Amino acid sequence: MSQSIETFYEVMRRQGITRRSFLKFCSLTAAALGLGPAFAPKIANAMETKPRTPVIWVHGLECTCCSESFIRSAHPLVKDVVLSMISLDYDDTLMASAGHQAEAALQETIEKYKGNYILAVEGNPPLNEDGMYCIIGGKPFVEQLRHAAKDAKAIISWGACASYGCVQAAKPNPTRATPVHKVITDKPIIKVPGCPPIAEVMTGVITYMLTFDRMPELDRQGRPKMFYGQRIHDKCYRRPHFDAGQFVENWDDDAARRGECLYKMGCKGPTTYNACSTVRWNEGVSFPIQSGHGCIGCSEDGFWDNGPFYDRLAQVKQFGVEENADTLGRAAAAGVGGAIAVHAAVSALKRAQHKNEIKKGSSMSQGEE
Amino acid sequence: MTTGMSTGAKPSTAIAGGGPSPAVAGADDVAPEDVASLQKITSVYVYEAPVRLWHWINALAIVVLAVTGYFIGSPPPAAAPGNTFDTFWFGYIRYAHFAAGYVLAVGFLGRIYWAIVGNHHARQLFYVALWSKKWWKEVLFELRWYFFLEKRPKKYVGHNPLAQFAMFFLFTLGVTFQIVTGFALYGEGLGEGSWADTLFGWVIPLFGGSMDVHTWHHLGMWWIMMFILTHVYVAIREDIMSRQSIVSTMISGTRTFKDDLPD
Repeated sequence: MSQSIETFYEVMRRQGITRRSFLKFCSLTAAALGLGPAFAPKIANAMETKPRTPVIWVHGLECTCCSESFIRSAHPLVKDVVLSMISLDYDDTLMASAGHQAEAALQETIEKYKGNYILAVEGNPPLNEDGMYCIIGGKPFVEQLRHAAKDAKAIISWGACASYGCVQAAKPNPTRATPVHKVITDKPIIKVPGCPPIAEVMTGVITYMLTFDRMPELDRQGRPKMFYGQRIHDKCYRRPHFDAGQFVENWDDDAARRGECLYKMGCKGPTTYNACSTVRWNEGVSFPIQSGHGCIGCSEDGFWDNGPFYDRLAQVKQFGVEENADTLGRAAAAGVGGAIAVHAAVSALKRAQHKNEIKKGSSMSQGEE
Repeated sequence: MTTGMSTGAKPSTAIAGGGPSPAVAGADDVAPEDVASLQKITSVYVYEAPVRLWHWINALAIVVLAVTGYFIGSPPPAAAPGNTFDTFWFGYIRYAHFAAGYVLAVGFLGRIYWAIVGNHHARQLFYVALWSKKWWKEVLFELRWYFFLEKRPKKYVGHNPLAQFAMFFLFTLGVTFQIVTGFALYGEGLGEGSWADTLFGWVIPLFGGSMDVHTWHHLGMWWIMMFILTHVYVAIREDIMSRQSIVSTMISGTRTFKDDLPD
């Protein structure tokens, strides 16, 4: 770890990146953040003058897909830049050191940059059995998380795990895997959900924080508005087929070949906030819907429990049965309808009986006269 | 308030003797037993015009909402292939749903306004007297009537307590739930910062996510379906079996009683 922190620009130049490429990166990032062209020089200036932001990157229960996505950021610079851009002082997956050395590096970073470092969390802590389901450096992960969070400036929750819990928190959640914001409640938290999040979204968030020295504007759920402000559906290139009512009914039908809307195949685009349909993946090559498969909603809270992936209507588990809203509703309505039919029949019988009694009563009284 | 019927029934004491009364003279299908069964009929003006108008507009809106809502969840067979600028089939289904949703919501607001300025019957939809012992006793009585344990129903000018209970929990709460979740979902389309997002956007994280709100909104539709089933059945049944008019009351506003007995 260097004593005086280099600026991003210095790091880039040291890595053999030309100024031209650097400026390209700045304008691309400005565009990705939805900023005007005037912001490109501002980003460049920030990168030239500001010391790199120290980042501690911790890993809880996760699959490392966030890291994998992050190091595959589209712009050729990014994979070089971003890792060096943030002075990644601790990342047990990527760092060279291991064991006691690694833990010592964590401790050193925390002490050196007290209150100034960003804590990036990939994965989440399980809380059952005192957190024993995830051990880092011989201690439960939840302890490391709390320790590192105490002096952090802000926390980034990378991916669905840290943001919402993801698969390990799916029902019945045996390890009680808990998203970061439910464990750390006294720090600003940015959620960058997705399984994994888009690489450009991840680098975009960090670049924004560096350039403007503040957190990006967040929505109600704590996600950056610039990337999670709209649903995939809102910007989907297949949306006109949705409005026209042209749907794929089978994976191998003509509609599928024509690239029509995957709504009936269970596409979760209409309920998923993410930037897939605009930023896309793998250097903007494609995204799930463009490849002919519906969105599975991986950046939404509890998406594993809102299945099945291939049905439009989610299964309702609240009542202890796994049925969708329509089967449940139909059963209930049939129950009420049946009860009504029986009640109506009994009512009619009773009424006929009652009328008979009246008739009998009147004829008897007539007989007595 | 007296109606033509009750004035027509006035000479019934005169008829008791047997001969046809002037009121019914000339009517071909008047049998002696009809005349013998004539009773004095009383009536009360219960549902004012705005309440009745709202009832039917609201009913129509619910039908449109339920049908289009069902199709939004399970779209009808796909439209023919072709240029997407030629067809707006699913768009119109959604449009009808949103339009009817606005009608329902605005109507509901108007109905709340009328509960404040209208007569006291107009307020029955919005509360249940859970604190009143008498109210519970009446609920119990009505339950017994519906379980065929009471031979003779009671007379009610407005809703009976059981009906009021069902109206409040199935209808008033159900529709409120649908309006709130519905506009929360609508706000997703209008976008961040729109009026619907500002007013109801908080609902979405409350349920977990957009998909969860969709599912609950869908279940809410079935909740209201069950209300409609019960409501229509009970209204018709009471119209036949109770001692007062029910169905025609929501058309004329007047509750007529089939007998003049005090209880």
